[in-house]
Amino acid sequence: MKDLQLNKEGRLKHFLTIDGLNKDILTEILDVAESFSTMPAQKVNKVPLLRGKTIVNLFFENSTRTRTTFELAATRLSADVLSINIAASATSKGESLLDTIRNLEAMHVDMFVVRHAISGAGHFIAQNTAPHISVINAGDGQHAHPTQAMLDMFTIRQYKKKFDHLNVVIIGDILHSRVARSQIQALNVLGVKEIRVVAPKTLLPQNVESLGVKPFNNIEQGLEGSDVIMMLRLQKERMTSALLPNEREYFKCFGLTEERLKSASHDAIIMHPGPINRGVEIESSIADGSQSVILQQVTNGVAIRMAIMSLTMQSKGDVS
Amino acid sequence: MTNNNLKIPDLLNNLEIDLKIIVAARKLNDPLMIGIHSGGVWIAEQLHPRLKIQEPLGVMDISFYRDDFSQIGMHPKVKPSQLPAHMEGRDIILIDDVFYTGRTIRAALNEIFDYGRPNQVVLGVLIERDGRQVPIKPDCAGCTLRLPAGQRIKLTGPGTLGIEIQSINNVVTAV
Repeated sequence: MKDLQLNKEGRLKHFLTIDGLNKDILTEILDVAESFSTMPAQKVNKVPLLRGKTIVNLFFENSTRTRTTFELAATRLSADVLSINIAASATSKGESLLDTIRNLEAMHVDMFVVRHAISGAGHFIAQNTAPHISVINAGDGQHAHPTQAMLDMFTIRQYKKKFDHLNVVIIGDILHSRVARSQIQALNVLGVKEIRVVAPKTLLPQNVESLGVKPFNNIEQGLEGSDVIMMLRLQKERMTSALLPNEREYFKCFGLTEERLKSASHDAIIMHPGPINRGVEIESSIADGSQSVILQQVTNGVAIRMAIMSLTMQSKGDVS
Repeated sequence: MTNNNLKIPDLLNNLEIDLKIIVAARKLNDPLMIGIHSGGVWIAEQLHPRLKIQEPLGVMDISFYRDDFSQIGMHPKVKPSQLPAHMEGRDIILIDDVFYTGRTIRAALNEIFDYGRPNQVVLGVLIERDGRQVPIKPDCAGCTLRLPAGQRIKLTGPGTLGIEIQSINNVVTAV
């Protein structure tokens, strides 16, 4: 499973999960993204790296931010982009995923960007698609959202320069969050000092310590001296049982407020993958406050996706 | 082979003199100097004060504009370009260490034009060697050189600059 992402020279072929990628590969992604992030100074906001390539956005699950930034990233690399509206496509007429993929392959596409509600959908496509095609996971079920994690790492490096001295705290619905899973893996690979997770017991996975994190059920304790605060959205659509009393109660116990923020380092940055629920997981004034880097994360999403797209496409035709 | 002709201070002097003549002849107005990463930047850092250019030196990494991306992939150590946002209508002095096939300059010109339409671009290189593959040629060079195919010139730096002529069999150095 791990080797699936790399070609025989150890370079990225697909980007499906942080799991199995080493520090060198993650650092290369961050470095390349840094070069792309200076591009907005250019009048023509494009580079010709992926000219003549066709990238297909396959979003089986709704997303505005992620899909838009993938489209922008592909366009800035001069690729042609197709965004397929799955709800209105043949899938809803009963076509299987593999048949959809085969049909798109027959149109000579070069890359699939896949978001799917089922964990492992990206791996499945990568295993079954034509050898010259690269697959990027734009979020699969509760499994992984590696491009979000990488744009978060990029944002952290932008503000904090280095990883090794950082106390990072992730607050919220860890149990249902593919973002948190990928963030934790990336933070471990890049070697931060400590990763803490804060959530009610019902929203923490069992044996969460085995992921290399320190769990807290008290937000003040978890925030104590933290340098980076990563908030998560309460994923009501994925909650099948009564895991929480109600949103007001959640905010009372786990919401990030001005008062609670005082226990963190004075220069701590506050992140959120969006969309934010103001007054549920985060106080509105904090989301718009001086320590918030939430909109910078969105900006960085384009550069990081350009880096990942170009790095996976450079090993085209080189099958592992 | 001998390297008597490859003394960097001499080459820099030659290039400085030629560039000054061109700046005057072509009436370059408030020119912007850009060095191509990495050797071109080291040479440009030497020339920038000698030509008394006011604006800070621009730095360009052409990795994203290379024509061999699909063959050899991304350059392993790509650096951000540092160029001013307003290049429209500017006079530009582009500097590289070695001119060989011309492909690097093709890529650099494309990148410059993506920042805006310059008024004119002058190309100065420390060493021009034979082996052009596209119809692009430097306006001036510290020296011109013929080398057998299979040999390449490499500028070493950034501290003390040196020139290495590398081939499969031997490495000849000159400082």
